[in-house]
Amino acid sequence: MSSLLITRLRQGKRTLPFPDGEPNLPDRFRGLPAIDASRCPPGCNTCVVACPTDAIAINGSLEIDLGRCLFCPECANACPEGTIRFSREYRLATSNRSDLVLNERQTLTLAHRLAGDLHRILGRSLKLRQVSAGGCNGCEADVNVLNTVVFDLARFGIQFVASPRHADGLLVTGPVTRNMHLALEKTYAAVPEPKIVIAVGACAISGGPFRDHPEVLNGAGHVVPVDLFIPGCPPHPITVLDGLLRLIGRIENPATRSELQ
Amino acid sequence: MAMSIPSFHNGEPIPLATVPYLPVREFRAEIVSAVRTGFALTALFGMPGENGRVQLFGVLADSTAGSLSALRAEVNEAYPCLTVECPQAHWFEREIAEQWEIEPQGHPWLKPIRFHPPYRSSGIAQPPLPGATEFFKVDGDEVHEVAVGPVHAGIIEPGHFRFQCHGERVFHLEVSLGYQHRGIEAALVGGPNKRTIHLIETLSGDSTIGHATAYCEAIEALSETAVPARAQVLRGVALELERLANHIGDLGALAGDVGYLPTAAYCGRLRGDFLNLTAALCGSRFGRGMVRPGGVLFDVDAKLAIELSRRLDKALKEVANATRLMWDAPSVQARFEDTGAISARTCEALGLVGPAARACGIERDIRLDFPSGVFRFAQVPISKWDTGDVFARAWVRWLEIQRSAVFVREQLASLPQGRSLATVGPLMPSHLVVSLTEGWRGEIAHVAIIDGRGRLSRYKVVDPSFRNWMGLAIALRNQQISDFPLCNKSFSLSYCGHDL
Repeated sequence: MSSLLITRLRQGKRTLPFPDGEPNLPDRFRGLPAIDASRCPPGCNTCVVACPTDAIAINGSLEIDLGRCLFCPECANACPEGTIRFSREYRLATSNRSDLVLNERQTLTLAHRLAGDLHRILGRSLKLRQVSAGGCNGCEADVNVLNTVVFDLARFGIQFVASPRHADGLLVTGPVTRNMHLALEKTYAAVPEPKIVIAVGACAISGGPFRDHPEVLNGAGHVVPVDLFIPGCPPHPITVLDGLLRLIGRIENPATRSELQ
Repeated sequence: MAMSIPSFHNGEPIPLATVPYLPVREFRAEIVSAVRTGFALTALFGMPGENGRVQLFGVLADSTAGSLSALRAEVNEAYPCLTVECPQAHWFEREIAEQWEIEPQGHPWLKPIRFHPPYRSSGIAQPPLPGATEFFKVDGDEVHEVAVGPVHAGIIEPGHFRFQCHGERVFHLEVSLGYQHRGIEAALVGGPNKRTIHLIETLSGDSTIGHATAYCEAIEALSETAVPARAQVLRGVALELERLANHIGDLGALAGDVGYLPTAAYCGRLRGDFLNLTAALCGSRFGRGMVRPGGVLFDVDAKLAIELSRRLDKALKEVANATRLMWDAPSVQARFEDTGAISARTCEALGLVGPAARACGIERDIRLDFPSGVFRFAQVPISKWDTGDVFARAWVRWLEIQRSAVFVREQLASLPQGRSLATVGPLMPSHLVVSLTEGWRGEIAHVAIIDGRGRLSRYKVVDPSFRNWMGLAIALRNQQISDFPLCNKSFSLSYCGHDL
């Protein structure tokens, strides 16, 4: 018993002050890509060619689809001019799929809180059922980590539950394989109304590196309606947590707040 | 092994023409007799042959000599199965039947393992829905069946488990997977291309470094690339950090599965501290972007090396402190000991790998038996225990944690000078290479076969989970069904690594 108490003291309190304090991210963290298209030489498409998931396109100007982006170093390494670099901005979750497509003039429109009744019903107690539908266990692991003492998800009233019958929504990872299609549909149907869906990771948003394989359906949005998109491969746990807290209104955008007033 | 079958080393490319074609009868006999004398069946797979036929490749590993050998045979519709005489072939032959519509005749349990349309299709047969097949059934008045999954409690990948129980006692467990099948092997054919490394990194996300290292060593061998020593050391560091994070997470989860919350809570956090070390290295907690053909994309300066060592030491002390509670708790040990035990004989017959095999007292570790990269120069002592139960699988992890930490510390203190990335040239046409890496779950085996134009004509991936799922099924026999989560975690297998 005494060793238990001594260990308890030694291990200390480790819960992050988030969202009140800023998270401690690694120096080499690759967050929101920053684009400086003024550096692009005419006709150059090196980054477009380098991107493994075709997340970069030139439509008049350089455009990045964060829903496809693996946040890998390939484009930044390939670019001879330093046009693309990954910033340390970890806030990436959006409410609409189209908000994830960015050019250099746009700022990312972060997710807004659940609308109306949904916020009233789910805002203070949100139970989620996680469904891995072809995920590589990267997203699953970094969602699971939210249950540790570091993130302590339960303090926000969010919990992962064992049955869809007990859940208010699904958190989907993976590109949705053909072999998980039916299971995802059935799990969604088993969640009582009103319900929400959260897509975590490049796979669940767009198919990720498996996009257009005949065995996958290119993301959760092709099977169920998605309310929150959290990009990354996998997203950092703090990016996932930030997205969830925006959804339940624990973190609000200044813009959203002024609209509400 | 007959003299006509050449032997080669891990990561040594050989001309495809030197892989002997044997009549099926001799192909079988060679494999069966080699495995009887203690060779491991590293891989057994098909690829397109001539005139619509299928070539079967067998790769055998002789760990005492540290050498590999490969042989092949051509088949069309059927051949007499190996499994009856060589149980290690069980899962491989089910895979061959599913991928190529070849029947291994006499196979005792021929069912799909991934539920996808065959690669060489007559176009007539549709694959059954995943899990919708016959299951092995035990009959009797008081026998009941329990079906779990694919979607089950916890944040975990999907799989289906079918138990035949008598009361609480499990007579038989059948594991049915395939839900995570993303078609990676088929997509790798024709490569390498810009997506290849990303498919490799996501074969099993928690083994990003392990799989990427196996792949890169294969590509470097085939392109005769001299990988800088500095890159080899940094890969070794990343591989051991991956092992540390996952082993620590597993020890915490094992504590959680027997309801011992202090160690579960502390190790859950500490696993993150080790993932963060990998993130300090390359920006990603899972090592994405670190390992590339030719070396590594991220270098470590003297300041970062010191910083990593300092954080490693601190976290490791806390791990020792957190796990000591569990080792000293009789209530935990009573649940770990004698639970889910498998004998060394069963382990060898099934060809189990990694900590699961070393927990049966079997000395089997690619880092020592078939070393590549930095492990040719720096050795990590083998960690084993011999009771084959949950305790042994937990204890082997704890031994490995300590030894990996020593390795990482030593390597960071003596990083070789020089570059960390070399340029990779074209691949040698018509060659084959076998690349083995000891991932944290065990042996990762990649076999690359290059066609006449220097492209991949077949890329076979054997994740350690592919070898070990059967071990879990056997370990559950005569156990309480309530011990399934504990046994499952003690193997800690990958679903997507199996499903590919």
